[in-house]
Amino acid sequence: MSKRNAPEVNAGSMADIAFLLLIFFLVTTTLASDIGINRRLPPKIDGPVDPPPIRKMDLFEVSINRNNNLLVEQEPMDISQLREATIAFLDNNGKGNCNYCKGKQVINLSSHPSKAVIAVSNSRETSYSTFIAVQNELIAAYNHLRDRESVRLYGESFRSITSKWKAAEDGSTEKEALKNKRDYIKSLFPERISESESES
Amino acid sequence: MSKFNKGGGKELPAISTASLPDIVFMLLFFFMVATVMRENTLFIENTLPSADQVEKLDKKSPIMYVYAGKPGPGYKKYGTEAKVQLDDKMVSNVTEIQNFVQENRNRVGETQVGKLLAALKVDRSTNMGLIGDVKEQLREVNQLKINYATVNGDPTKKK
Repeated sequence: MSKRNAPEVNAGSMADIAFLLLIFFLVTTTLASDIGINRRLPPKIDGPVDPPPIRKMDLFEVSINRNNNLLVEQEPMDISQLREATIAFLDNNGKGNCNYCKGKQVINLSSHPSKAVIAVSNSRETSYSTFIAVQNELIAAYNHLRDRESVRLYGESFRSITSKWKAAEDGSTEKEALKNKRDYIKSLFPERISESESES
Repeated sequence: MSKFNKGGGKELPAISTASLPDIVFMLLFFFMVATVMRENTLFIENTLPSADQVEKLDKKSPIMYVYAGKPGPGYKKYGTEAKVQLDDKMVSNVTEIQNFVQENRNRVGETQVGKLLAALKVDRSTNMGLIGDVKEQLREVNQLKINYATVNGDPTKKK
């Protein structure tokens, strides 16, 4: 009886098959991690309520009209200037009782960062991208000021503290310490942004 | 004769490609593991607006997605006005968001309800009126944690 050896399978095309699969997964992969701007909506209130007293100087009004133009404190403004204007407003120190502010103490801007409120109002026809751009600039202003204080107090930026805090292990003392730092910086410049829809 | 110059003219041996499949398989497995298949088929255009002051969403907390935008090409049967899409269905009446939130709350269980986040994935050209309506509906059911989903980029640049 002749003993036949099984012929060897040619594995040369294996690479081709693997490449095909690889390309398929390369194309379908979205390594997207979800990013975005976090917001907290105000709870629903029944019936009319008196708005809390806010001094005129402490309110920073940003309106966006249907043509996506900005009106900041009754003055037309380009979005590229919004960040600077917001920083000037928050950091103004109108009463002179904020020892970490470096503002110019102008009479018609905020008295203290903890009192400052930013009111964004938009028309129904405002485009979403403009709205996000405005929100982004406002957050950028807060981040700029928080970074400044954070570097002064702890020698590192607010964002680096935040990312370390997120990466730290739950329940560790390090996380607790970072959280305290972060909360303190946040309390220096609390984020108070209201969103509303205007009639027009 | 020099020790290093051996008689010249000798051809280089062919490089073995036997390990090529191994390398490709390694890459393949990486992408297979890292791939997240899209859960929902989108009936709408969904180009997110760009922003650079963004936070990463916490993967540990449960997320529900609310999509909105104009119906995409091939889905013109839904009209041309911007609409909301929840899971796999187009929604003509925004009040259905209330049911959607309720379903998601049941899904994640009682202990996680407080952490539930509504991520708004809205097309950049959508009017704010629709988003205002969505926010109003979320407030109705006390779903206050929201996130405006964006992509990284400079928002002040006009596109």
